[in-house]
Amino acid sequence: MTAGKGGDIELAGLSKSFDGSTYVVEGVNLKIPDGAYCCFLGPSGCGKTTILRMVAGHEDPTSGEIVIGGENVVGLPPLARRTAMMFQSYALFPHLSVRDNIAFALRVRGMSKQERYAKADEMMDKVQLGELADRLPAQLSGGQQQRVALARAAITEPRVLLLDEPLSALDEQLRIQMRQELRRMQRQLGITFIHVTHTQLEAIALADLVVVMEKGRIKQTGPARDVYASPKDRYVAEFLGGQNLIRGRVQTVNGHHAVVTAADLRGIEVPLTAAPRVAVGDDIAVAVRRDDIELVRPGGAPLPAGVTSIASRVLAIEYQGYFLKVMLDTMEGGEFIAYVPERKFYGDPFEVGDVVLATWAVEHARILT
Amino acid sequence: MTAGVATPMGSRTATRSRAIAPRSSGRPWTFYVLATVFVLYVAALYGPMICIYVLSFQDVRGGLVFPMKGLSLHWFVDLFTQVRTGDVQGSFDRSIKLAILVTIITVVVSFLAGMGFRRRFRGDSIVFYLMIGSLVAPGLVLGIGTGLLFNLLGIEAHWYTAAIGAQLSWTLPFGVLVMFAVMSRFDRAWEEAARDLGATRAQTIWLVVIPILSPGIVAVALFGFTLSYDEFARTLQTAGSLNTLPLEIWSMTLNVTSPSLYALGTVTTLISFLIIGACLGAISLIQKRRAATLGGVPR
Repeated sequence: MTAGKGGDIELAGLSKSFDGSTYVVEGVNLKIPDGAYCCFLGPSGCGKTTILRMVAGHEDPTSGEIVIGGENVVGLPPLARRTAMMFQSYALFPHLSVRDNIAFALRVRGMSKQERYAKADEMMDKVQLGELADRLPAQLSGGQQQRVALARAAITEPRVLLLDEPLSALDEQLRIQMRQELRRMQRQLGITFIHVTHTQLEAIALADLVVVMEKGRIKQTGPARDVYASPKDRYVAEFLGGQNLIRGRVQTVNGHHAVVTAADLRGIEVPLTAAPRVAVGDDIAVAVRRDDIELVRPGGAPLPAGVTSIASRVLAIEYQGYFLKVMLDTMEGGEFIAYVPERKFYGDPFEVGDVVLATWAVEHARILT
Repeated sequence: MTAGVATPMGSRTATRSRAIAPRSSGRPWTFYVLATVFVLYVAALYGPMICIYVLSFQDVRGGLVFPMKGLSLHWFVDLFTQVRTGDVQGSFDRSIKLAILVTIITVVVSFLAGMGFRRRFRGDSIVFYLMIGSLVAPGLVLGIGTGLLFNLLGIEAHWYTAAIGAQLSWTLPFGVLVMFAVMSRFDRAWEEAARDLGATRAQTIWLVVIPILSPGIVAVALFGFTLSYDEFARTLQTAGSLNTLPLEIWSMTLNVTSPSLYALGTVTTLISFLIIGACLGAISLIQKRRAATLGGVPR
């Protein structure tokens, strides 16, 4: 299977409305390079699956263009687009054996039985399904079903493979295993994958390009690390998790830093960046990664320069294996959590009710839009 | 099944409620009460039919009521040799042909209706109730109406004209209801997957939809066949001059006063069971053959 030439995708002003008044997808612009693994991430109902179905040709956009390999494919059937879709829960044909499922696309093209079985067997070897060729889908495990679905889609030699929540039908352990298999298949086939998921861990583990969506719009696009470590706004920060959000008002701005205060918060210092610009009196949100928080006992050595702190009380502690999740009552209404490495925590363990200082380097705080 | 329900409850309340969970014997008294009710229910269901079958095996002295006189196949022989018992052979032929025609129409129309009703459309519930409505209409009246309508149209009522129409008003609603139940478990993703893989509409229906729905389609066919084969009320005024089997049996009850009438009942029941058995046998044969071609051992 050669690398699908021209598997780059461009969505331009893509919108979709089912009833003519509310838009499930609204003005989406996106470029996905050829051979990329792209994940659409968002809660259910955010329009990510609708975008996938429009790219696949199972849904027509209300307006906008879908360009694959330089050609607008709106209105073309899936086969002409050279896309293939892997359905949520796989939609394997229950009355056909594994071999017949995989050979289905060749059968409807009128290929002879001998020829299409030869090709299907070749594909089955590639995904290690050889000994299951004569089984029916109901006799396969979830992971095996996924491999059959993948093989069935890949045999059409698509330039883009579209995966709708491909791991949601699997249990936790298998999910992590199949995640790796998806990535391996993508490298092996060398084609563009678009994968829709509502699980942020899945998206950041797999994707070259993460697209975070909310209510039919794209909130942020970028490599996994950018999206996770540098969320642009509160929505992305909250959806991807791992961040503490502090809301407050800008009290002073001096060159490189601003000081933010709130009702239950003494001034904390945050670094200024080119964007977004803030002025005195603005209400803003600040994000600090949970693993950037260090907990110290009050009354110890004075904090070094360039470190901010908030005094608080330990609300709850959860053991997570290699780290501990310590919940603090820093702010009313909002949660504030520190991830403390396991060994470090047990060096001087905290109890629920202890008063602690949550500290972090000023440079680690980020202002959100 | 009573015991299964009572046990977890009994273990909790054993000290208080002796009635539900006796300590020594295995089953609570409720089991015996419900078992008796069930036996009576089965007896009421099958007893009358069994009376007919038993009485049909009397010898030449036999009458229409108990007690049973002797044991022979005399009345079965009588059934096929005596002219006075009526046109059993002819009416049986007509009934089978009529049932086959009705079955084919029922299957095709129910399948199409099932396909059509997967998507909501304007006025769909009105169309649905119009389809189901004829179930509540009294069959005899509907039969008379159908006969009148054919008369008005100038078509002579025969088993192959007006009777088909009248019977369809009975078999179609059932067929459609069964088809809807079958369709509700059909995942549209299968069709989309077929389209995604390049299948045309016709290929999708032929290679995916029909094979997946085939057990349901067989069920609709069985329904259509058995409902038509013993339909009486609607056929009475629409079959014209030549009787179907149920009509023939009815007319025989008026003028045949021998157990050969019962023999006829036994034979027709046997044929019904043979047809149903053949259908079920065919289904299980297909499934066995399918399983046999599977190489691997099911896990």
